[in-house]
Amino acid sequence: MSVTKLEPDAQGHFGPYGGRYVPETLMAPLEDVERAWMQSREDSSFQAELSDLLKNFAGRPTALYEAKRLAEALGGARIFLKREDLLHTGAHKINNCLGQVLLAKRMGKRRVIAETGAGQHGVATATVCALFGMECVVYMGEEDMARQRLNVFRMRLLGARVVGVGYGSKTLKDAISEAMRDWVTNIATTHYLLGSALGAHPYPVMVRDFHRCIGEEARAQMLERTGRLPDTVFACVGGGSNAIGAFHAFLPDAQVELVGVEAGGHGIRPGEHAARFHGGAPGVLQGSRSYLLQDGDGQVLLTHSVSAGLDYAMVGPEHAWLHDQGRASYTYCEDGAALRAALQLSRTEGIIPALESAHGLAEAIRRAPGEPGKVFLVNLSGRGDKDIDIYRAVFPELDGDEPAGDTPQGGTA
Amino acid sequence: MSRIGELFTRKRAEKKPVLIGYITAGDPSPERMPSLIAALERGGVDLIELGVPFSDPVADGPVIMKASERALAAGMTLAKVLDLARAVRLQSEIPLLLFSYLNPVMRYGFSKLAADAKAAGADGCLLTDLSVEEADEFVAPLREAGLDTVFLAAPTSPPERLRRVADHSSGFVYLVSRTGVTGEQSRLSASVGPLVESLRARTALPLAVGFGISTPEQARETARLADGVVVGSAFVRIVEAQGAGPGLEPALEAFARALKTGMEG
Ligand SMILES: Cc1ncc(COP(=O)(O)O)c(C=O)c1O
Repeated sequence: MSVTKLEPDAQGHFGPYGGRYVPETLMAPLEDVERAWMQSREDSSFQAELSDLLKNFAGRPTALYEAKRLAEALGGARIFLKREDLLHTGAHKINNCLGQVLLAKRMGKRRVIAETGAGQHGVATATVCALFGMECVVYMGEEDMARQRLNVFRMRLLGARVVGVGYGSKTLKDAISEAMRDWVTNIATTHYLLGSALGAHPYPVMVRDFHRCIGEEARAQMLERTGRLPDTVFACVGGGSNAIGAFHAFLPDAQVELVGVEAGGHGIRPGEHAARFHGGAPGVLQGSRSYLLQDGDGQVLLTHSVSAGLDYAMVGPEHAWLHDQGRASYTYCEDGAALRAALQLSRTEGIIPALESAHGLAEAIRRAPGEPGKVFLVNLSGRGDKDIDIYRAVFPELDGDEPAGDTPQGGTA
Repeated sequence: MSRIGELFTRKRAEKKPVLIGYITAGDPSPERMPSLIAALERGGVDLIELGVPFSDPVADGPVIMKASERALAAGMTLAKVLDLARAVRLQSEIPLLLFSYLNPVMRYGFSKLAADAKAAGADGCLLTDLSVEEADEFVAPLREAGLDTVFLAAPTSPPERLRRVADHSSGFVYLVSRTGVTGEQSRLSASVGPLVESLRARTALPLAVGFGISTPEQARETARLADGVVVGSAFVRIVEAQGAGPGLEPALEAFARALKTGMEG
């Protein structure tokens, strides 16, 4: 592996990926966002305000926790968890939302729109809008609203309007399309607070930069705690924001293996999964060029994952670039393995993870027994409160008046 | 000169505006399309935009979105849109502009599309989500094959972008009348006039205005400013209402005639 280029070109290309593929009406607004973001990077008062919010509102830096009982049960690699689940609102998403809401304020926007899959980005957006007194509209697929009901209510409690999207796959992809339609109609007043390292330039690089703190903190914490870098960093990959945030600080450390874990859903068959690197091909969707699950006619395929946050047909363009260069590798984890990983972490460490995060964790669990002496870092991107309804359905033996089994089988969802 | 170029030249000489009709190919069915296009032509449509259905039409409002869903369910593909162009050419010389999102075309291959579209008798292509920044790999093979490439200009486009949009376009430039998605509207947007003027200062290409034009009155108003008027959702709504029933062609023809009469009046 030669040196990895860390930044996209001026048009937002990561090699052949990324770029800006939107209707002409959105080109100027994207240029405005890019300009505001570039200025904010040089602006010390912006940076100071953001740092203060990350520390005192969101709770950064997050802990690095060694999961000793889990590692002991597996017998092999040491496992460290980067605890993004401890952040305010329960996931890494708040990092990006705080950054972008400050940008929106600087651009004089009064209204913020967002898409959400698992609802974590929607909750984080609703939270920062409440904090800054901005109008907030969140688009969410109706299937996701049904499976992440708790988060729908949280958003409403925070004063946001949640708009259900009832066409297409009724999941994240359709929520993004609807948010883009809103944006193009209301660009004068509205900032589109996109929630992953996806979409047209500058979003992929901007969202990454707002999450870069994850890897920067974890790298320093690992060095301080163990005197060395981890051998492998694991993260789940939906659009790719928590993973790119965790990976980025390690890109120059060629000896550190980076592993992204996509949603294998019911297995790698068309329409049954969301593993873009396992059946996808380069294509263009919703502003960006990257690996896309599509059919032979260029129509986007439906996807499935038990985890709403990973249930999306395209991966962020920087991951496509890291994949093609071989700097990061991408595997997948099926629904059942993710559910079992979530249960195992809950039982060994007292940490109930988000279903998304459980995908990254599951791959570390799978590999740990065979790699004694190795040090693993897993980005635990969020907590599992939002997934309680799903866990209840999958582990019925724990529900009801007198829970019977203390070791549920699960994993058959 | 291409069929599109010839059309605008002829109409300019006659001092008459060009009526452009958009329909989603494959709705209500692939087989029905030639007869639909013939009806539009009888009603006075001068140029047909053949919408290639896409699973994720981010620039479209509900009417065209639903039409795309119906067309995909009916089995429409880009290859079948080219078959359709071939079928239309057996009966008519009406200019045909393919109107698509980028991904189906990218998947098909730009060079292959250029060759096959030319052979099928299509005259050009517009890709809604292709910005001029990313357009080189598309424009070169199409121009080489003698096809027109049409790009969108928007009310939000600064002067420098308008110039680049015009530079990448041939046949005509498509002006988006308002910030928003496709769909009918009750009043013509105030941004049309200034946008037309701004483009006139930068290009000699004919200008057509679309997005939201749905009545003969709006068509007339638009025709006073621009060389061409695009009507889409209003036609597609007729297809939605009539389905595969026998009233479809007569209804399309009558509405086209009303628009044309309004425009020329
Ligand atoms: C906890 C958590 N992790 C991960 C993701 C996936 O997004 P990304 O790949 O952008 O990190 C989500 C998305 O909703 C999430 O809520």
